[in-house]
Amino acid sequence: MIQPFTTPESGYTLIPKEGAIETQTIEVSMGPHHPSTHGVFRMDVVLDGEEVKRLKPVFGYLHRNHEQLAEKMNWLGSIPFTDRLDYFCSMSNNWAYCHAVEQLAGIKVPERAEYIRVIMAELTRLINHSCLAGFLLSDAGAWGTPLLYAFREREKILDLFESVSGARMMCNYMRFGGVRADVSDDWLACARKVVENYPRFLDELEALITGNEILLARTQQVGILPRELAINASVTGPMLRASGVDYDIRKVDRYGIYDRFDFRVPLGEVGDVYDRYYVRILEMRESVKILQQALRDIPEGPFDAGVKMRNFKVPAGDGYGRIEAPKGELGFYLVSDGGTRPYRYHVRAPSFINLTILEDMCLGHKVADVIVILGSVDIVRGEVDR
Amino acid sequence: MLGNGLLQGLVVTARNFIRSYFDPERLTTVQYPEERVTLPENSRSFPFLVYDGTPDNLRCVACKICEQECPPQCIYIEVERDPKTGKPVRRPRVFDIDYSVCMQCQICAEVCPFDAIKMDQVYELAGTDRFGGMLHDKAALLKSNEYYHQIRPTEADEVDARLSQSKKKVSPPIAKPAAVPPAQPVPPKTDV
Repeated sequence: MIQPFTTPESGYTLIPKEGAIETQTIEVSMGPHHPSTHGVFRMDVVLDGEEVKRLKPVFGYLHRNHEQLAEKMNWLGSIPFTDRLDYFCSMSNNWAYCHAVEQLAGIKVPERAEYIRVIMAELTRLINHSCLAGFLLSDAGAWGTPLLYAFREREKILDLFESVSGARMMCNYMRFGGVRADVSDDWLACARKVVENYPRFLDELEALITGNEILLARTQQVGILPRELAINASVTGPMLRASGVDYDIRKVDRYGIYDRFDFRVPLGEVGDVYDRYYVRILEMRESVKILQQALRDIPEGPFDAGVKMRNFKVPAGDGYGRIEAPKGELGFYLVSDGGTRPYRYHVRAPSFINLTILEDMCLGHKVADVIVILGSVDIVRGEVDR
Repeated sequence: MLGNGLLQGLVVTARNFIRSYFDPERLTTVQYPEERVTLPENSRSFPFLVYDGTPDNLRCVACKICEQECPPQCIYIEVERDPKTGKPVRRPRVFDIDYSVCMQCQICAEVCPFDAIKMDQVYELAGTDRFGGMLHDKAALLKSNEYYHQIRPTEADEVDARLSQSKKKVSPPIAKPAAVPPAQPVPPKTDV
């Protein structure tokens, strides 16, 4: 009989099974650079052979003091910093922050601005999900090809962003009560063309990988996240929906003008890595539908509410504004004392909270599966560490 | 059949590979130093100061609004003083922007009431000096209105129209430049 023992560094006590062959567990520090497709991230993994016994994610390598910085800055100054949260989806981050401030200050957003915001947010979702498919496959061993196919399409959307906001990734585009600059008719025509061609790319991506036997073997029945656990861990976004929970803030809150669009919420059944991948592919198809409707219906009118950005003040009070960012529920909790800066500023970052469930998904799997499971969580370190 | 999906994927890559030789749509990259992509007009990199005509005639009145609003605090301004009377003249004596700190957010250009600071489009700024090399002083930041017209024709035309209108309002004596006094920035409230 092998005696229970404690690993020296982490203090975990491991109790071997009855009748097990005497094996030695080792504690491996994976990272901080290994899972580098997702940023600087470290996992303390206790392994028995190749099997994962314990896993502890270690956060904080990219900590930039985002929340405290925002509290020392006026309301407008935080918008460019929200770009840097989840640097793949700067438009969604801008919107979440502006949405929270607008709720607090009671600003009404003009119709055209709402449409522009929906268009930008859904384009961002296309970027995020197609790149995630690429990154996930890079983790699974399909090095490069799917990722570069995704980046090729992303480039077209980034060009759209650049021509309207001035920057490709750090857009800094949304403002309280609207957006910073209007979109031209030419831009809308370009966007329509990109959106029209997007399903063709999705078909190509699916032909490339969805039916691939190696991918199926690597992802099906791997990293299953049960429905109850997903709800209890307050996982949100595509990860929650892959576990079969019908919860999409676009449908629940109907913030902005999402009640006007006809779209469905794809759900998974098993909750494994494959479901998480496929739910995202289906979500992109729904996003294309929303984009087609938004680009068809966008009205003429003012693109901002004429809020003066300098010395912008928010009435005292607190509020929480949330949107369905590509990675999940992105919320900003703001407390105002009536001054020119937030008294308290808190970000509810989806990838941070989704990552807390990593250990439960990885237990009992092989080391190689850990990387795939981490890929399917869809994290961006800028948001996790803030 | 096992392997069917795999073969299907390989067909996709093969098709892409072959088409990349014939289809201009598939040629998604350019040979950078020789070929360049034309930037869209809105594209932005770092801020610069606009002057009309001669470099002495710069639009900036050293009101310090951009310095106050800049999120990463990369702008430093000192007001020029009249050597005889010691009174402040509406011109910056020192205007530094640390490009290594600047995050290209365009907020300075947005809040400037005098249209004096605008966003440039240069992007080849690599240097060998980490510390002082990226600190651009007033001389380095000054660029003419013609240059501004060159990089952003539509926006510059709008700005010119707006400025000529506001000049008309102020009426002949140009010694009294802007109708709005360059209010001293409100001292930031300190949190407890």
